Amino acid sequence: MVRRMKIPLQEAEYIAGLARLRLPEDQLLLFTKQLNTILDYMEKLNEVETKGVVPTYHALPTTSALREDIVEGSLGKKEAMENAPQKDGDFFSVPKVI
Amino acid sequence: MEFFELTIFQLHEALKKREISCLDVTESLLNRIDRLDATLNAYITIMPEAARKQAREADQRVRAGEIHPLTGIPLAVKDNISTLDAPTTCGSRILKNYLPPYDAAVIKRLREQGAIFLGKTNMDEFAMGSSTENSFIGPTRNPWNVDYIAGGSSGGSATAVTAHLCIAALGSDTGGSIRQPASHCGVVGLKPTYGRVSRFGLVAFASSLDQIGPITKDVRDCAILLHAICGFDKKDTTSANAGVPDYMANLNKGIKGLKVGIPEEYLVEGADKEVIETVNSAVARLSSEGAEIIDISLPHTDYAVATYYIIAPSEASSNLARYDGVRYGFRSQDAEDLESMYSMTRAEGFGAEVIRRIMLGTYALSKGYYDAFFKKASQVRTLIVNDFKEAFRQCDVLITPVGPTPAFKIGEKIDDPLTMYLSDIFTVSPNLAGIPCMSVPYGMSSSGLPIGVQLLANYFDELTLIQAASVLERTSPLPAYGPPF
Repeated sequence: MVRRMKIPLQEAEYIAGLARLRLPEDQLLLFTKQLNTILDYMEKLNEVETKGVVPTYHALPTTSALREDIVEGSLGKKEAMENAPQKDGDFFSVPKVI
Repeated sequence: MEFFELTIFQLHEALKKREISCLDVTESLLNRIDRLDATLNAYITIMPEAARKQAREADQRVRAGEIHPLTGIPLAVKDNISTLDAPTTCGSRILKNYLPPYDAAVIKRLREQGAIFLGKTNMDEFAMGSSTENSFIGPTRNPWNVDYIAGGSSGGSATAVTAHLCIAALGSDTGGSIRQPASHCGVVGLKPTYGRVSRFGLVAFASSLDQIGPITKDVRDCAILLHAICGFDKKDTTSANAGVPDYMANLNKGIKGLKVGIPEEYLVEGADKEVIETVNSAVARLSSEGAEIIDISLPHTDYAVATYYIIAPSEASSNLARYDGVRYGFRSQDAEDLESMYSMTRAEGFGAEVIRRIMLGTYALSKGYYDAFFKKASQVRTLIVNDFKEAFRQCDVLITPVGPTPAFKIGEKIDDPLTMYLSDIFTVSPNLAGIPCMSVPYGMSSSGLPIGVQLLANYFDELTLIQAASVLERTSPLPAYGPPF
């Protein structure tokens, strides 16, 4: 019996697309194989009964971190633009969109 | 004794007595880096001129009588901690030329004290890895044997401290990235309670797990450096507004009366014989020093790796969406339109492990799989948290192995991601729970590589962690000789 892969190649391609990763065919094949091995291992979690367990998304109880709305200095335009791979004056420059 | 061999504490005492100058110490370290780093590959960026300038300024401060615990202390900083106008690459091609326009909160604090920054240390790309092999500049080597990994992801910082290429260093720890390299290199590493140290300016990997912490030559230095970087920061909304005690207060207090728990699950499966022996000898020593030893259980330990490797990549896939070639970092030159600019930039800019984790996380968060993976893992995380809460009702600290084996050979596990992930079995749970933890050197393998033991404590109780660590350090059977460098 051939074991059904959790992520067939086509779906790995879809996931790569969602993550905006244009991968060469050989890399995609390798990652698909590795991801399936990893996801098979994750099956382990199904042994744990979690019915009614509240999920933990933060290590410590968090409340909204509010503060007074006071205007303070922030990063200037020049500093914010300095690392841009391509710019046009005060604008980030990208390939034509429309 | 050479200048570069000094600890933070020794150097501070010598500076107070005006016995040495910061510049002389800095030169001694820069010389050593110059001589050894080509072999060890601990640094991605070395900043000799900036360091000399900071050393001269520190000497002026010392002469003016303004001396803080970190004044004039030459440090190394992991390359995912933002440093104003000094490259911060995260070990990634995608950030190769990135110059942060601001300092991380921890850097700002250390600069205010007059610390000296020698350079930025090597790491697994975006801190994803357990061996510092996933770096665009190649692996960092273990000073005890250069054929072996230094551990990871803060391998550069651990090697730099071990080989005296800095006095102390900062690392970051998402699932063991401070403790595991500290253990493999025979130095001290501490991951603080989540929220203890500001993450502002730490390049995000998994935001609910990441913490910055010290890697040092001894426990006292760990207490000093931790004290200098922790405390509330309004720029990090997860920063905890908790009091910061004097971490040196209990260094000589001993361990009488403390209850030390041994989680049975950590000593059964998969761990190397020498690792188990090291933990057992540490337990025996704590017992003979007056600690009460208690057997406890952390029943969900076996699920920690699966839980972690769903949650951490999920958070990473979201955090790393920002690398799109628009505002900073590398941009592919071959793109024909906006969409292909994004996908080619990311495919060419990220290394294999980062791509794997982004895909894993994207999958776990995607429609139809969210409940089965991300939500399920987050529920198991609750059970892991509850295990620790129950354990700390019975004891003050827990003692466990750090990694299941001593350092492995460079190249040994790099083609097998799952095996690499499984080597994180003992270190990921404290991050999932957010509790503080620490690695202290306590043994040597028969092949001559150091083995650390891990101590865990309750939320915000770094003080007890350091107290127990100092007892182990005082009684450590480690040989008096250092690594061959």
